[in-house]
Amino acid sequence: MADTIQFELVSPQEQVASEAVEMVVIPGGEGDLGVLPGHSLLIGTVRPGVIAMHAGGKVTSEIFVAGGFVEINPEACTVLAEEAIPVGALDKSAAASRLDAAQRALGEAGEDARAQASAEAEIKIAEAMVAAAA
Amino acid sequence: MPSLKDLKIRINSVKSTQKITSAMKMVAAAKLRRAQEGAEAARPYALRMEGMVGAIGASIGDPEGAPRMLAGTGQDKVHLLVACTADRGLCGGFNGSIVRDVRNLARQLKGGGKTVKILCVGRKARDLLKRDFQSDIVDTVEGIGKKGIEYDEAAGVAATITDMFDAGEFDVCTIVFNRFKSAMTQVVTRQQLIPFQLPEADDEAEKPEGPSAIYIYEPEEEEILADLLPRNMAVQVFQALLESAASEHGARMTAMDSATRNAGDMIDNLTLTYNRTRQAFITKELIEIISGAEAL
Repeated sequence: MADTIQFELVSPQEQVASEAVEMVVIPGGEGDLGVLPGHSLLIGTVRPGVIAMHAGGKVTSEIFVAGGFVEINPEACTVLAEEAIPVGALDKSAAASRLDAAQRALGEAGEDARAQASAEAEIKIAEAMVAAAA
Repeated sequence: MPSLKDLKIRINSVKSTQKITSAMKMVAAAKLRRAQEGAEAARPYALRMEGMVGAIGASIGDPEGAPRMLAGTGQDKVHLLVACTADRGLCGGFNGSIVRDVRNLARQLKGGGKTVKILCVGRKARDLLKRDFQSDIVDTVEGIGKKGIEYDEAAGVAATITDMFDAGEFDVCTIVFNRFKSAMTQVVTRQQLIPFQLPEADDEAEKPEGPSAIYIYEPEEEEILADLLPRNMAVQVFQALLESAASEHGARMTAMDSATRNAGDMIDNLTLTYNRTRQAFITKELIEIISGAEAL
């Protein structure tokens, strides 16, 4: 068994990351997933949060994603994310104002179920962003 | 016979037109390069998304349980056509060929007793289609891709389509757009968005596990699909818009190139006529002077 797994992170605009890592921790829809080489086949959702890549027992880089999907096979782990920003590049005040805007949107959504749902999703993303930027 | 002054004015006006068309050509060439890069950068995401939908779709053997976006409504009565054109003209046959295809498809569907609804992306689609299908146009999206196509814009269009589908306003959705082949050629493409057509099983043959590989799903297939399908839709629309944008700039570049060349030919012809007229004029004056002198 190889001791690294190919990790790929793609957003609609570009391929954000593609590297071999020893372990990658993904915020899965139903709990964090630590993906090691030789993982079984899995398809799952990703909630807004931080993906951490590990090598040599240390975290080498962290990337914030605003939710998406993950596909894992024994050799590779692919994350599809609509937004992906390296944690270092996150701006805390921008994230906070995004959270504000999302909360206002929820207030204005009123009875519209769809607007409510999208505002709630946006709040979750912004909250995760604030937490990651801290 | 136009006077010398008229010809001069004419030549100058063609020259300034030529300046405009050649500037437009260069702008289109620069935008084309950017649009192409964008389209290429977006490809991995779309491919993987398609693969994922394919894998899940294959594992849901029973179409009854599949979400309606994948399985369809089971009916085929109301068709929604999404026409992707540009907001502006001056790009050769780009808008015309889309509109022609949509018109043909709409007539054909209507001939088969179906109801047709049209969603126009780009101002030109509405302008050109409203004469024949005024009552069928449900909405128009304008101002897409002013500064390159953004994913959010595509997601907005996709949300419009999804909302309409959820409201039961149509059964089948087809998007008509120009697929970028080269700067010279664009291929008008019809792609069915709803029900989503799974990629052919043959495409998966190169995977060692094959399409029947057993994945663990977390959460359940249905839940993932419910989340995945609307996004997949956005990605498909995004791809179509990117292709369409690249095609638009390619078509405009080609059109403006030939316009510039035509203007050059025209200037040459006009200059020739101008010189001939000038010489004829000089000759005439000389003859007048000489014959006047002889008469003395």
